[in-house]
Amino acid sequence: MIITINRLGQWGLNILREYGKAGILLFQTLFHIPSFRKGIPLLAQQIYAEGVLSLLIIVVSSLFIGMVVALQGYHTLAKFGASQELGPLVALSVVRELGPVVTALLFAGRAGSALAAEIGLMKATEQLSSMEMMAVDPIRRVVAPRLWGGFISMPLLTIIFNLVAIYGAYLVGVKWLGLDAGAFWSNMQSSVDFRMDIVNGIYKSIVFGLVVTWISLYQGYYAEPTSAGIASATTRSVVYSSLAVLGLDFVLTAMMIGGW
Amino acid sequence: MNNLVEINQLCFKHGNRPIFNGVDISISQGKVTAIMGPSGTGKTTLLRLIGGQLKPDKGRVYVDKQNIHQLSRTGLYNLRKRMGMLFQSGGLFTHLNVFENVAFSLREHTPLSDSMIRDLVLLKLQMVGLRGARDLMPSELSGGMARRVALARAIALDPALIMYDEPFSGQDPISMGVLVKLIRTLNDALGLTTIIVSHDVQETLSIADYVYVIFNGIIIGQGTPASIQEDGSDELKQFLKGLPDGPVRFHYPAKSLTNDLLEEFTV
Repeated sequence: MIITINRLGQWGLNILREYGKAGILLFQTLFHIPSFRKGIPLLAQQIYAEGVLSLLIIVVSSLFIGMVVALQGYHTLAKFGASQELGPLVALSVVRELGPVVTALLFAGRAGSALAAEIGLMKATEQLSSMEMMAVDPIRRVVAPRLWGGFISMPLLTIIFNLVAIYGAYLVGVKWLGLDAGAFWSNMQSSVDFRMDIVNGIYKSIVFGLVVTWISLYQGYYAEPTSAGIASATTRSVVYSSLAVLGLDFVLTAMMIGGW
Repeated sequence: MNNLVEINQLCFKHGNRPIFNGVDISISQGKVTAIMGPSGTGKTTLLRLIGGQLKPDKGRVYVDKQNIHQLSRTGLYNLRKRMGMLFQSGGLFTHLNVFENVAFSLREHTPLSDSMIRDLVLLKLQMVGLRGARDLMPSELSGGMARRVALARAIALDPALIMYDEPFSGQDPISMGVLVKLIRTLNDALGLTTIIVSHDVQETLSIADYVYVIFNGIIIGQGTPASIQEDGSDELKQFLKGLPDGPVRFHYPAKSLTNDLLEEFTV
């Protein structure tokens, strides 16, 4: 009995220690004096690596998601004679929930895993240690640009996801199923509130961007410097990021829903 | 003699495993000092303690008369600008080519123009014989070439102290000969102070001015290469002569083979 309690206590302490280390890493990353001359090119590189290189998967996924939502929604709405409401259905589903959440999940799989593996490998091959010995802080030089890169890329990717998904829905609803284009767009315009729907969705994506990148960087930075350790860190970064996104989505939605 | 590095009564543990137990080491300025010992004796850990990457449990490490573990972050980084370290794996940045690897610390710490940085990098690469490899990526280099690039990078800021972590391990005879010559030449030509951590006895003794041998957390021998080979403890003799069994046991601690074989098989 005592041994079980002891183990439970040890487990709890380990969890708290991990949270503490992650918090310190975030603090050190966010609160340092930036060097714009060196920082801007590094940030641009990371926005390219995390954002631009994620575009393909985001665009293709969002197109198909928009098309599927339109197809499913049309047949359900048609039963109630409300097929003209397809535009609002798709737009609200996408900008409020699907856009931020699916983008974050895809980002965690595409960019988050790459971040964790890259930093873990840099650690295993002593690149981070050699940087430290050259009097260059790896948190400022390696971790910070990647965190800000994710923070900036995610909302932009979410906006692109939203636009492409709505275009996919337009292709299915208007071009294929024959809905009136004017009704599709005007109903959408009258139902979607810029502040409450679109901006709130962007807020979610900003939070998800920060959290997914933070988790991935933490997993990579504190990975065990072996091939098994890096593999495990990469897996954990995707799993923890996905769970955090889904959990936070509920919390954020609950906070925002008062205005809906 | 002026000492650049002074280590006093150093104690350090990895978890519960003691690595150093009251170690005293003095590194003389301008000399090549070798720190040797069997694998797992904490030689790399010692370099990390000197570089301020690890903190000792007890004792003090002075570099250039400053207690490195009591320095502020800025102080530590300023001191590190005067140190170079060659890691066992080289630690080259895999996303940068040879030229950019060597230029890295110059770009980070100096306001020099691109043309000045170019000249300096080419001079450093010339010293290690790899000026012609400036456009290659680290993945295109052999192990020996990677170490030489890492060496050029380590001396880019003209440090006062340079530390080598197992510079000869895994090298073919030609690369090893090149590295041995380079380490001695760079030390003498640039007026450096050199610390080599290694278990390659012959190569290290051939260039060292002074040698420390560590075993079981303490210094078991020290002196010039000639004196250390003449006398010393059984541990020291076993290490220097490469004997398979002795005070450093060939077998990992276990019960007797007979008992192990007769024991009932259980899964």
